[in-house]
Amino acid sequence: MMKKLLMGAAALALAGSLNTTVNIAGASAEDTLYVPSLSYRTGPFAGNGIPFADGFADYFNMLNERDGGIGGARIIVEECETGYKADKGVECYEATKGKGALAYNPLSTGITLQLVPKAPVDKIPVFSMGYGLSAVAIGEKFPYGFAYPASYWSQMSSILKYIDSNGGIKGKKIGFIYLDAGYGKEPIPLLEKLAPEMGFEWVGFPVGVKEMQNQSATWLNVRKERPDWMIMWGWGAMNPTAVKEAAKIRFPMDKFIGNWWAGAHADLESVGETGKGYLAANFSGIGTDFPALQDVIKHVVEPGKSQVESVEKVGNVLYNRGLFNAVMMAEAIRVAQEHTGKTVITGEDMRWGLENFKLTEARLKELGLEGFTSPVIASCKDHEGGGAVFIQQWTGSDWERISDPIPPMVEQVRPLLEEAAESYTSEAADWQTQTCS
Amino acid sequence: MELFNQIFVDPFVTMYELPDLLLQTLWEGFVSGTLYSLIALGFVLIFKASSVFNFAQGIMVVFAALTLVGLHELGVPAYLALLLTLGVMYLLAFSVERLVLRHMVNQPDIILFMTTIGLTFILIGAGELVFGGEPKAMITEELGLPTGSSDWDVFGGIVIFQHIDIAAAVIAFLLILGLAIFFNKTRIGRALRAVADDHQAALSVGISLNQIWVIVWFAAGIVALATGIMWAAKSDVSFALQVVALKALPVLVLGGFTSIPGAIVGGLIIGFSEKLFDLYWGVPILGGGTESWFAFIVALLFLLYRPEGLFGEKHIERI
Amino acid sequence: MFYREAGQFKTSYAADSAKFPIRQDLVAIWIYLAIGFLVIPVFGDKYFIEVIMIPFLVLALAAIGLNILVGYTGQISLGTGGFMGVGAYSCYKMATYFPDMNIIVLILLSGFFAAIVGVIFGLPSLRIKGFYLVVTTLAAQFFLEWAFIRIPWLYNYNDTGAINEITRESFGYIITGAQSDYTVKYLVVLSIVVGMTWIASNLISGRIGRSWMMIRDMDIAAELMGVRPLYAKLSAFAVSSFYCGVAGSMMVFFWQGSAEVEIFDYNRSFQILFMVILGGLGSLLGSFLGAAIIFILPIIIRAAPDYGIPIQAATADHISLIIIGVLIVVFLILEPLGLARLWGIIKQKLRVWPFPY
Repeated sequence: MMKKLLMGAAALALAGSLNTTVNIAGASAEDTLYVPSLSYRTGPFAGNGIPFADGFADYFNMLNERDGGIGGARIIVEECETGYKADKGVECYEATKGKGALAYNPLSTGITLQLVPKAPVDKIPVFSMGYGLSAVAIGEKFPYGFAYPASYWSQMSSILKYIDSNGGIKGKKIGFIYLDAGYGKEPIPLLEKLAPEMGFEWVGFPVGVKEMQNQSATWLNVRKERPDWMIMWGWGAMNPTAVKEAAKIRFPMDKFIGNWWAGAHADLESVGETGKGYLAANFSGIGTDFPALQDVIKHVVEPGKSQVESVEKVGNVLYNRGLFNAVMMAEAIRVAQEHTGKTVITGEDMRWGLENFKLTEARLKELGLEGFTSPVIASCKDHEGGGAVFIQQWTGSDWERISDPIPPMVEQVRPLLEEAAESYTSEAADWQTQTCS
Repeated sequence: MELFNQIFVDPFVTMYELPDLLLQTLWEGFVSGTLYSLIALGFVLIFKASSVFNFAQGIMVVFAALTLVGLHELGVPAYLALLLTLGVMYLLAFSVERLVLRHMVNQPDIILFMTTIGLTFILIGAGELVFGGEPKAMITEELGLPTGSSDWDVFGGIVIFQHIDIAAAVIAFLLILGLAIFFNKTRIGRALRAVADDHQAALSVGISLNQIWVIVWFAAGIVALATGIMWAAKSDVSFALQVVALKALPVLVLGGFTSIPGAIVGGLIIGFSEKLFDLYWGVPILGGGTESWFAFIVALLFLLYRPEGLFGEKHIERI
Repeated sequence: MFYREAGQFKTSYAADSAKFPIRQDLVAIWIYLAIGFLVIPVFGDKYFIEVIMIPFLVLALAAIGLNILVGYTGQISLGTGGFMGVGAYSCYKMATYFPDMNIIVLILLSGFFAAIVGVIFGLPSLRIKGFYLVVTTLAAQFFLEWAFIRIPWLYNYNDTGAINEITRESFGYIITGAQSDYTVKYLVVLSIVVGMTWIASNLISGRIGRSWMMIRDMDIAAELMGVRPLYAKLSAFAVSSFYCGVAGSMMVFFWQGSAEVEIFDYNRSFQILFMVILGGLGSLLGSFLGAAIIFILPIIIRAAPDYGIPIQAATADHISLIIIGVLIVVFLILEPLGLARLWGIIKQKLRVWPFPY
């Protein structure tokens, strides 16, 4: 904290001594690749935005320090603060897109929705990793939208599968507690579709953005409805509050599953022992037992080139998620460079890269990320890559992986995605599509 | 007809069928109500003494809690951190008076109100700059506050009482009692009431307005700290918490801006009614999530009948 | 030196009560308009127009709307965001129902829906005053926010719960949607804002406007003198919400492109209220000045790293919050009547320069 205080003071005095900003100096002389990071280190969702942004920037900086960038070109990660607000997101987008932005990772469903229609016009892909509009998974309809490693709908189907394999889902009552905004409502169509097919009943519990920390009425309702399982689509301060309230009504924690944005260290650390047993989906490894993460610590964190508060924060769930996002971006850049033969690529080349990178087991091992995640195979048709999620459990002080990767129910989800993509694109005139061979 | 049933029959059937749930709801309403009352109390204190509608009360809650937790993270023992936080709140009260209020005597109320919104921005910016945006856990145990819960078996079900909620209610009660004694029995309290009655008359008998303002802002700071601790124990300390403070506005309207008993009664009414409404009417008919506006609509409807609130002073307007 | 009115004689009542009695002011206005309509579209780049000018104009229009209510009629409202949302959602619904209608007409029509909602929530103002009214307008704000989320019909049952702009042409140009040309969008926005500002200035100096100001200054006295509070207050709510509604639908269709409820939340209401207060209560010019300072200042501060000032994005954001807060407080202490009043003082000084008075 003292470091922050000092930094704040230094910044206030506009003194140039404490330059920890990511790679600004000395970039113009050589080849560079520009990656904007629409981060949020302020506002009500900052607790989740900070580790993600740190992981994202640190991986690219590690590549710069260790390998001298990608294919000889250094990567410039520039953060633009959005505060999780959609209008600031657009402002950041417009401010950075002229600098040669390769792709956008907005980490906000609201901002993603605004950028999706702009992407084909400006020819810069939008890579919403596991959030945003589920329908972008249909590559034919959304050439510039990507949702690797899995869309919300795929994720929800994986969670339902997990429930099914742990005591069966038929005849059960599933409670769905969600942030009452675009993000939280996203998986509802899937629940409606799958409920009759899988034979369960579901009931929704919306939590208003203003009521995130005032959920007692919601949980009274949960108590009234007595669901067998609870699934949560939460973000920010909503998560710890929900887990605490669940503990209050004695809801069994091992029947309470958060999605992958409701299962970070930041969410559960303030809950502690109370949340023991709580489950969450995840797709990126936990901890620092990966060579790539050791490299990040060695090359970036320890020399003090990272914004991360302390080394202990490296390897937490959202840090690794941000890092994984950077890994996929880096892979796409590399593939695009090889394909075009250029060192400095454009947004359109990047789009090709995002459609053609293959994060296989072998490749993951090469990257020093063996077992970090399930393979993600990009393709023109499938913009979510068929990534599988695993379930992790809170032990009271840390997350522990407890299941094998659970692949999504592609046969059920895919038609729904296609339907959604169709209805989205039919509304927009002259929507640019592509045909995949 | 179905709607009629949903409004007039079903909720009461549910209440009858699940009496333990009803009791639990009432208890939750009571707990939220006391916390709403506490926030509203902070508003009332300042409004009474300086007719400033202090919008910054919400962020003061966050700021106080953050300072407490932040100091503790630096290694300060919990009780010392509590004392230091009180010192910070006093400093805040002092600087608000010295730097802002003193220069704004005789300005219209709306201008003073806007000033406190400016203050809110400063506090948010400064708080995030110093403490960072990450949510922090409240140091409940270190402060000696109880955790855990007790069950009460009744009507074939259970009602769960969280010890922290009981503590919150007790502390709120003590705080209100203390403030009441302070206002009614001490010299400063009398001076304060005099100021609330008539600024100029108070000045003319030698009461220092500036001093009184510092005291009420400090008192509001203490109330903010208490609210912050209690509320953060239920979730965590983050900037999202300030939104909860907006709930105090309908409470104020119900109770009247200048009445301390009004703040308490108003808080309880809002607490009970919004929990009951959301559970028994909001969810079945409107799909839930009604808590965000229900209190405001109640206040609005109530205002149409009593424009000055339950305990507010009636205004006589002259030309 | 150049700002003298010597030699300008008024020979008729019309000339005496003209909008800009001083010739230099009139010239200045024409110059501003020329810059707005000619210079900026030709020389402004995409970033300047899309990120600064269009949002600035849209927010200024909303500020004018709120100023009519707060500055001219004296009714404090925090429901601005909600009313803007009503405009946006109704415009979106109309655009899907009437795909062939000109989008500009629809945007103007959407103001009427906002006006209706504004009147409904303005009704309590007949009995409630001051801060109590603030709370009732907040009730409107929160209720509307909830309604935008919970009534799926409003967003055509989209899975995302957001409304998206719809690509529309008019007069042979694509004016909304991602493919639209930014200059065309800008000119449309500018024309609407200039036109509506002109209408507002006429409304204000007319009979309605005067009744608003009488209500603001002393409502009981106004009533005794024959101003009907019902009509005066409700017409203020209606006109104000109309402006906000139009601003809201322009916000979605010309600026943001897609909107979740969150962009119409209570923070928006506060933002607009700041613009009004900092700019100057009861001043149209002030609405523009306030919008400029509240909206553009943070952008400049956030751009600090681009000028080589090494601060992190988040720190810049914190600092800009603090600076805005300090500015608000300082302004209210030194000049509670806002930037418009400062401007007036400067002009007055100029008129008599080099003498103090």
